[in-house]
Amino acid sequence: MAMLEVKDLEVYYGMIQAIRGISFEVNEGEIVSLIGANGAGKTTILHTITGLLSPKKGSVLFEGKEITKIPAHKIVSLGMAHVPEGRRVFAQLSVYQNLKMGAYTRKDKDELEKTLETVYKRFPRLEERKNQLAGTLSGGEQQMLAMGRALMSHPRIILMDEPSMGLSPILVNEIFDIIQSVSASGTTVLLVEQNAKKALSIADRAYVLETGNIVMTGDAKELMNDDSIKKAYLGE
Amino acid sequence: MSFLSYLINGISLGSVYAIIALGYTMVYGIAKMLNFAHGDVIMVGGYAALTMMLSYSANPFVAVLVAIVVCTVLGITIEAIAYRPLRGAASPLAVLITAIGVSYFLQNIVLLIFGSNPKNFQSVVPLPDLKLADGALMITGETIVTIISCIVIMIALTTFINKTKAGQAMLAVSEDRGAAQLMGINVNGTIALTFAIGSGLAAVAGVLLCSSYPSLSPYTGSMPGIKAFVAAVFGGIGSIPGAMIGGILLGIIEILGKAYISSQLADAIVFAVLIVVLLVKPTGLLGKQIQEKV
Repeated sequence: MAMLEVKDLEVYYGMIQAIRGISFEVNEGEIVSLIGANGAGKTTILHTITGLLSPKKGSVLFEGKEITKIPAHKIVSLGMAHVPEGRRVFAQLSVYQNLKMGAYTRKDKDELEKTLETVYKRFPRLEERKNQLAGTLSGGEQQMLAMGRALMSHPRIILMDEPSMGLSPILVNEIFDIIQSVSASGTTVLLVEQNAKKALSIADRAYVLETGNIVMTGDAKELMNDDSIKKAYLGE
Repeated sequence: MSFLSYLINGISLGSVYAIIALGYTMVYGIAKMLNFAHGDVIMVGGYAALTMMLSYSANPFVAVLVAIVVCTVLGITIEAIAYRPLRGAASPLAVLITAIGVSYFLQNIVLLIFGSNPKNFQSVVPLPDLKLADGALMITGETIVTIISCIVIMIALTTFINKTKAGQAMLAVSEDRGAAQLMGINVNGTIALTFAIGSGLAAVAGVLLCSSYPSLSPYTGSMPGIKAFVAAVFGGIGSIPGAMIGGILLGIIEILGKAYISSQLADAIVFAVLIVVLLVKPTGLLGKQIQEKV
């Protein structure tokens, strides 16, 4: 059984259909990437999975359980965290307060301290700046904070939306290294990226999205060598 | 000596404005709407306390508690029935117009129940007046209680927001509703809590206001409501310390304006000050304009 299963999903913004009947799945332990151009519907899919949008048709199953109708604020405690596009850290709260927000639904105080330590270990920059307001961090640091905040909920699956957006190439590499190490530590990853090259380089499998449809899917390494993908997304 | 006495009266009136403004500013910050019915909740609080004291001869303390409960429930109900269904409406004007409708609704319901004649409000403050400097400076018990209440509320509210989980959730919702939901925060619940606190405070403000100015009619809430809104904008809408400072400054300006310039012009002066402040600093005195790095 797949950990996350999306079936025949259709999502509308008013009259406009953004997602046209999409199905895909993510297995436990995988890094699965959704790639596609701006406007292909990648963010819409993530928002629908975590309940910020509701689909017109189709369903989302997490660990076999239907979560399509569950409100957004009850998703995180099921073990699914979402790092939103544009980071969306709480600018007027400190780094530490942001991280605590990530653990909002957790009741296990002792375990929580341990999670905080592992997050600080993974992102030493966040510990150095724990009392600084999140709005004053650089873009890369904010991305780290958004990821750290999501990890604070101790998720079994983490959804990341364009983590490389607006970052310098060096920082992009750093962020992708972190994603790989998050995956290696046992968290399943669903990664949405415009930077197809980077995404395919770390993913196990990938789905290619075009205007609300999945047009291609397969092993990430194979997709990387596919001529049409190379032309359309890898700029070769 | 008379200046000092005006100043103290101004701080006292300003404290009432500040307590009302807190409700405005919290609701604006968290629900992103202007609740123009907030002033009328004050009036309902006044009637609730008065009814308890007159009809049930409750002691003032119980009357105040009942008023707080009535207003808290009223605030939650208004939010759930009138505002929540409009959240996510295409135009933010929908909820604004509804708020004006709720305001008239409350005024007319009270008009229907209690009639239009102003009622004489009994002060809930048992303290005697304080005479200083051989009687040249007199501070009423109401003034003292009002100022102390304002300080206590400010400290309690700040502590609540910075130290409790629900308070942090309020800050998160005020900044980014979607991201707050992703953290597991129940946005509807948080907004309802905000209305509950704001309306509870409105009851306190209503009782304090009517104790100092003992006349209560269905329209008692509207002018203080508007002034408190001005105070909230003056201090920087969305900012809690801003509402406090805005409220107190407004009270002082109003009383000093009445005393030294013209009692007819006092309100005009209050609004003129608002215009000047907004021209010079559009975000209000403590309005936040954090530049976010991208």
